[in-house]
Amino acid sequence: MAMTFSFFAVIAIVVVALIGALSGLHFVFGVILPYAAFAIFLVGFVNKVLNWASSPVPFRIPTTAGQQKTLPWISDSKLDNPTTTIGVIGRMVLEILFFRSLFRNTSTELRSGNLVHGPAKWLWLFALIFHWSFLLIALRHLRLFVEPVPFLIQGIESIDGMLQVGSPPIYISDLLIIAGVTFLFMRRVILPRIKYISLAADFFPLFLIFAIAATGILMRFVFRVDIVGIKTLLVSLANFSPVVPDGIGVIFFIHVALVSALMAYFPFSKLMHMGGVFLSPTRNMANNSRAVRHINPWNYPVKFHHYDEYEDHFRDVMKDAGLPLEKE
Amino acid sequence: MYDSDKIIPGLIIFVGLMTFPIWSSIGKAEPKPEPKIDTPAINQMVKKQCVEDTHFMKTSHMQMINDWRDKVLRDGERYYTNSRGEKVMMSLQNTCMKCHSNKDKFCDTCHTYTDVKPYCWDCHIQPKGIKQ
Amino acid sequence: MSTPKTKETSRIDFNPPSEGWMDTPVKIKPGIYCHPAKPEKIKDVDMPNAHSWSPLHDDWNLPENWKEIFFEGMRERLDKHRSFKIFMDICVRCGACADKCHFFLGSGDPKNMPVVRAELLRSIYRGEFTTAGRILGRLAGGRPLTKDVIKELWYYFFQCTECRRCSLFCPYGIDTAEVTIIGRELLNLLGLNINWIQEPVSNCYNIGNHLGLKPHTFKENIEYLVDDIESYAGVRINPTFNRKGAEILFITPSGDVFADPGLYTMMGYMMLFEHIGLDYTISTYASEGGNFGFFTSFEMAKRLNSKMYHEAKRIGAKWILGGECGHMWRVVNQYMDTFNGPADFMEEPVSPITGTKFENAKSTKMVHISEFTADLIKHNKLKLDKSRNDHLKVTFHDSCNPARAMGMLEEPRYIINNVCNYFYEMPENTIREQTFCCGSGSGLNASENMEIRLRGGFPRANAVKYVHEKFGVNCLANVCAIDRAVLPASMDYWVPGVNVAGISELVANALIMEGENEREYNLRGEEIASLKEEA
Repeated sequence: MAMTFSFFAVIAIVVVALIGALSGLHFVFGVILPYAAFAIFLVGFVNKVLNWASSPVPFRIPTTAGQQKTLPWISDSKLDNPTTTIGVIGRMVLEILFFRSLFRNTSTELRSGNLVHGPAKWLWLFALIFHWSFLLIALRHLRLFVEPVPFLIQGIESIDGMLQVGSPPIYISDLLIIAGVTFLFMRRVILPRIKYISLAADFFPLFLIFAIAATGILMRFVFRVDIVGIKTLLVSLANFSPVVPDGIGVIFFIHVALVSALMAYFPFSKLMHMGGVFLSPTRNMANNSRAVRHINPWNYPVKFHHYDEYEDHFRDVMKDAGLPLEKE
Repeated sequence: MYDSDKIIPGLIIFVGLMTFPIWSSIGKAEPKPEPKIDTPAINQMVKKQCVEDTHFMKTSHMQMINDWRDKVLRDGERYYTNSRGEKVMMSLQNTCMKCHSNKDKFCDTCHTYTDVKPYCWDCHIQPKGIKQ
Repeated sequence: MSTPKTKETSRIDFNPPSEGWMDTPVKIKPGIYCHPAKPEKIKDVDMPNAHSWSPLHDDWNLPENWKEIFFEGMRERLDKHRSFKIFMDICVRCGACADKCHFFLGSGDPKNMPVVRAELLRSIYRGEFTTAGRILGRLAGGRPLTKDVIKELWYYFFQCTECRRCSLFCPYGIDTAEVTIIGRELLNLLGLNINWIQEPVSNCYNIGNHLGLKPHTFKENIEYLVDDIESYAGVRINPTFNRKGAEILFITPSGDVFADPGLYTMMGYMMLFEHIGLDYTISTYASEGGNFGFFTSFEMAKRLNSKMYHEAKRIGAKWILGGECGHMWRVVNQYMDTFNGPADFMEEPVSPITGTKFENAKSTKMVHISEFTADLIKHNKLKLDKSRNDHLKVTFHDSCNPARAMGMLEEPRYIINNVCNYFYEMPENTIREQTFCCGSGSGLNASENMEIRLRGGFPRANAVKYVHEKFGVNCLANVCAIDRAVLPASMDYWVPGVNVAGISELVANALIMEGENEREYNLRGEEIASLKEEA
C-alpha cells in the first residue's frame, strides 16, 4: 500500500506536468512552480532548523564510541570519543562526509543456535554512492544556472564526464545515483525487516529521485532538448527576470516538476536528516561533562529528601547503631 | 544550551550556498549566446539550411556527429541520407566546418555557455587561428 | 509461570510477519512484562496519577484526561529536549539498528527493533504534531493515540534497557535510550510505572537506597562483610560511616552491600582502601550509587542524585569516589553536574596515594573506582599476587553505560591484566563500545519478566559461551551492580559453569595485605587450592 501510493503519487506529478507542458502552461511549470518550490524549500528548511534550535540541549549525551580521556597513560580515542572542539569537528566530518557510524554496521545471524556477528558494509557503500552522486549532480547543474560557469563546476563536469562514452558523454554520477537509488529501493522490497519498517514516506522520495534521475538521463540521451534555451531560462530565473524561450521540450517541464516536488516536500519529510545530522546531540558534543559543567537552561530546583529529615526520621536507630548524628 | 552561535552562521552558509546562482549573477549582464552564421560559404547559399532542420541540429547535432564518426570509422560508410532525402558526406571537416568555418563564433559560443567540452578536436585539427 | 527451556528460547525468527506493525495490536504476555507500580509507592514520591491497574486487564483505569496529559507532556518535552525533536523528525528507517538490539535478537519480536520501538511514539508525534500527519494520517506515517497505543508503548518501553547499542550504529546518532527515557516519562505522567522501578525509587528517596536498608541495617550488613574479610583474609577493617572530615566519600550501588556476588565486590573495595590507607567514609544517607529515578523521569533522577552532593557537602569531603555500577555512571558522567552542580564546595580530585590529578573529573569531582585503581596499579602502589586468581579464566563484559556513555574501556582491562593471569576477550562485535546489554538493565531486573530477561541476555551470554567453549572461561568480570545481580541467572541458563564477579573482588583476592593470613580462601569463602585443582 505504502509503495503503491508513493509510486502513483510520482506518476501523478509526471502526468500533471506532461499535460501542463502540452497545454502550453510553460510559464506555470517553468517559472511559477520552481520559484514556489524553491521558496518553500528554503524557508521550510531554515524554519525547521530554527524550530529544532529553539529547543535546548539540556544534557551532554554523546554516544561514546571509544576510550575516554582519563589517565594520561591511557590513549584516548580522539575522534570516536572526543573531548575537544577539534575532536568533535573531526567526528562530525567523518559522520557527515563518510557516514562513520553506518560504516560500523554489522549483521547478526543465528547459526545453529549461536549468534554470529559479521561486518555489513553494503548499506554504507551504497548510501555513500547515492549521497555523493546526488551532491555531484546538484553541483554540476550549476553550469545551467550561472554564467560564466565557475571553474570548480567545470572541473566537476569534466571529471564526471571523463569516460567519454557516447555523445553527449555519459556522466559517472548518473550511473551511480541510479545504482544507489535502486539498491536503497530493492532492500526495502527484498529484506523482510526493512520491508516491515518502510512507510510511504520512505518509498516516495526514492521514486521521486529515481524519476528525477531518469527524466534527466532521458533528456540527455533520448528526448533531446535545447540546452541553450534551458540555460537561458534558468539564468533568467536566477536573475528574477524570467523568460521562457520557445521549443524547450516537454520532458524538461516534467523534470522540473519532479525536482520542484522534491524541494517542496523536503522540509516536511525525513529528508531533513540533511540538517538534522548536524544537530544530533549524541554526535556533536564533546564527552567532557565531568570536566566542564554543562548548563541546562531549564534546570529547576527539585524537592529532595534532606539529610536533616533523614536524621529526624532515623535518629533513634542511628544512635543505637552508633552512627554520628548532627543533633543528639 | 542552544548553540545559536553555531546554528545561525550554519544556516547563513546554507542559504548562501543554495542561493549561489542568484547572488553570483547580481550586477552581471545576462549574456545570451548568439551563434553567427555569416560565413562566406553560408552567405553564398540560396536557401540557408543545414543537414537537418534547425531544431534537430540545435538539440541533437552531437549525437549525429558521433553517429557519423562511428559509421565512417567502424563501418566504412561515407554518406548520410537526411530527412529530405539528400546524400551528405559524413565528415566534420568537409561537411560541417565547410559552412561553419567560424568555430569560435559558432560552435564555441554555446559550448562555452553551457560548459560543454566536445572532444572533436582531440583528433581533428582545429580551424587555423583559434586557440583551444 | 515457568521459563521456557533454552531449546525453545534459542529458536528465534528474525523475519517479521507480513502484517504491518500498525495493524498488529499489542499482545501483552506474562514473562515479558513487570508488575505495575503500587500506588502508594508512587504517592511516596509525589508523582502523579497513582492508581491500581493490571496489564492483563482491558481497562487500565487511566485518568479521564489521559490523552490531554499525554499530548501536553509530549509538547513540553519537545520544547525541552532538542534530542527528542530531532529523533522524532529525522529517522530515515534505514534499518541499521534493527539487529543491534539484544531484545530483538533474543525475542525476534519485530517491535523490539529499535526503529520500530521509536516509531511507536513517532507515529503518534506525526499524527498529532505535524501538519502532514494531521491531514494525511496513515499516509504520512501518523496514527491516532488510543488506549491500545498506550498499552503498546508501556509494553515496549519497558522492554528497552536504554543500553544505546543501536545509537552507536545510527547514521544520525538517534538514541533509542533518549526516546525510551522520554517515553517512560510520559507513561509516568499517567501513573504507569513498573513496581520494580517505583519501589526502589521510593526506598531510595525516603530511606537512602533502592533496597530500603535502614541506616542501622546498612551498617550491620557492611559489618558482616568486615567479619567475612577477617575470617578469609585475616585482616580486621574498620570502615567509618557518615564521618565528617573524611577526605573521600565513597558511594556504591546498594546491591553491593546486599546480595551475592556484589557483596564480594564490596569486600574488595574495603580491602583495597585498607591496603592503601585511604581516608574515606561511607554514608548511610547517600547509600545508593545507582539511580532508578533515571528510569522514571529526569526530575526523579535529579531528586535522587541530589543526595550525593548534599552529603559530600555535609561531611566536608574533598571529592567522591564511586563504585562499580553501570547506569550510576551514566548519571554521574553525563547528568550529575548539570542536575545538581556546581560542586564548588569540593576540590578537584587528587589521588592521595599517587598524587594523580583526575582532570577529567575536575568539575563533577567524582572518580570511578576503576580509574582510581588503575592509577594505583600504574604507580605500583598495590602489592599483588596474580597467581591467587589462576583458577580463573576471565572475560570482561563492558557494561552499556560505562562503555557508551563514558568510554571506560581500558581501565578495567588494565586492572584485570594486573590481577589475573588468564584473560580472554569475547568476539569483537560484542565488547567495548559494541558491548551487549546484560538484558536486564534500566530497572528491568525483576523476576516476573524472567523470560524476556533471559532472551535479552542471550546475545551477551552467547558471546560468553564462545569463550567458555574456546578458552574455558569460567569468570565473567564486570563493573556493574545490575550485571552482578542478573548475569548469574543468565549464565546458569545459557552458559552454566561461569561465575560473575566485580573487578574489585578480583583485585582484593590478589591483594597482599599487611598482616594477612595464608589467604587459603577467596572472598567467597572457597578454598583456593581446591578451586585450582578443579580448574
